[in-house]
Amino acid sequence: MMKLDETQLRLLREVADLHKVPEGAYNIRSNSKSAGRNSTANIEIVSKEDVSGLEIRIKPGTKHESVHIPVVMTESGLKEVVYNDFHIGEDADVVIVAGCGIDNCGNQDSQHDGIHRFFVGKNAHIRYVEKHYGSGDGKGKRILNPVTEVYQEEGSSVEMEMVQIKGVDDTERTTIAELAAGARLVVRERLMTHGDQRAVSTYEVRLNGEGASADVVSRSVARDSSYQKFDAKLLGNAPCSGHTECDSIIMDQGRILAVPGLEANHVDAALVHEAAIGKIAGDQIIKLMTLGLTEQEAEEQIINGFLK
Amino acid sequence: MLELKNITFQVNEDNQKKEIIRDISLQIPNGKLVVVTGPNGGGKSTMARLIAGIEQPASGEIWFDGQNITDWSVTDRARAGIAFAFQQPVRFKGLQVFDLLRLAAGKNLSMVGACDYLSKVGLCARDYIDREINASLSGGELKRIEIATVLARGAKLTIFDEPEAGIDLWSFQNLIEVFREMREQVQDRSILIISHQERILNIADELIVLKDGRLSSQGTRDEILPDLIGTSSAVPDCKKVTSGKGADAE
Repeated sequence: MMKLDETQLRLLREVADLHKVPEGAYNIRSNSKSAGRNSTANIEIVSKEDVSGLEIRIKPGTKHESVHIPVVMTESGLKEVVYNDFHIGEDADVVIVAGCGIDNCGNQDSQHDGIHRFFVGKNAHIRYVEKHYGSGDGKGKRILNPVTEVYQEEGSSVEMEMVQIKGVDDTERTTIAELAAGARLVVRERLMTHGDQRAVSTYEVRLNGEGASADVVSRSVARDSSYQKFDAKLLGNAPCSGHTECDSIIMDQGRILAVPGLEANHVDAALVHEAAIGKIAGDQIIKLMTLGLTEQEAEEQIINGFLK
Repeated sequence: MLELKNITFQVNEDNQKKEIIRDISLQIPNGKLVVVTGPNGGGKSTMARLIAGIEQPASGEIWFDGQNITDWSVTDRARAGIAFAFQQPVRFKGLQVFDLLRLAAGKNLSMVGACDYLSKVGLCARDYIDREINASLSGGELKRIEIATVLARGAKLTIFDEPEAGIDLWSFQNLIEVFREMREQVQDRSILIISHQERILNIADELIVLKDGRLSSQGTRDEILPDLIGTSSAVPDCKKVTSGKGADAE
């Protein structure tokens, strides 16, 4: 594996919780180059031939294995688009850890656009964890625009955990999912923006098969003068159930826009959208102050708990 | 020891100042369980919130352990040893019961230690320790968790604002046992309970009666209770009306 410097190792810890080379299949991408790759008997990772990116093939029936594909960028001004396709075989049960960390100490913008497509076979189950993180004191922006497409066959199950807590100046996150009969999608998004950061999160989930279900929940905090938009659309095209929820804390001069979108195209489609935006309740802060915390400590505890 | 000196508290109502607490002076000595009672709207909860620093008096002073804490923040009073159990417990999305107990204890609280506090308030620790303190908990469960957090504080002065509110009969019996146990161990600490419940009044060392924002009486349980229970002292006007109606009926 290519030697990584301290900053790159720190970014790896932040986005993939990696303290050493991971077990199982992995591909570590650093400054647009592969810094290390490993395939296993059941999980094959190969480079795409036409564009930058990976083909990741997981054999049917693969159980209790993981794939790590973190990306780190430390060169200011680097901009890349990466296409990763995941083919998950029938009855597989795996964990996929992605994520991107950008450290930008220069004056040029650094940008990573990761386009991930998941083709999930019948009755397969995946847990997908994606963390985005930015650091560095340069004037250049840290920009991440992930696109996630999920195509689920009958009876498959996908759990997605999307986290962006710190340091990303601008992000447009787009997630599209198509679910066949009996397929299940659960998304938990956690997002915090500071300063002048901007984050737009768009979901379109098409529930195409009988018994398909989706539960998309976003918890976010907008601080300083940052801006967030949560635009979640569910389409019930069959007897199905869907739920989206946007739960946000707004602070300082932050702005948040929640856009509900429910489209029922079948009489037995049950779709629900919930949205709540508000500042931290005063009685929550006072309660924690009666436990000996300062007002600032109380706020941090409430936010940390909310985004946990 | 806690001492209130000529405390007055006002609120603005229709652009007019209304006194909720009127020139109250009293002492809560160490080693005592003191219950504050009296009619609704008499200023009991307001007085408790003034002691905790959640409200600020218009005039007067609050002294605690020989220090004038009138201008101290809620945080500083908590750190000095004043704990407060809210009448209406607060919900927190994301924070778990163990998180709150750990914050309350202010130290590295073990899972076993946290479970002990929950058991004291009649909650099966295994079922609650990792629950979020959100709308999935009933009012009674929240109330018991609130009391557990205050127990975890181990404070010099512990204030309970109507601890019986929202608690079922079985849990109430449990709560009485908690107060009895606290009273036995009170020594150089003190407990202040705002309550209407006769059974809580019965375990008090001292009783304070507030009416219309004023201190109506203060003394030992034996001095105050006989005049309070079964008499018209708590709700005099209501008593007169009831008597009158009864007389008419006869």
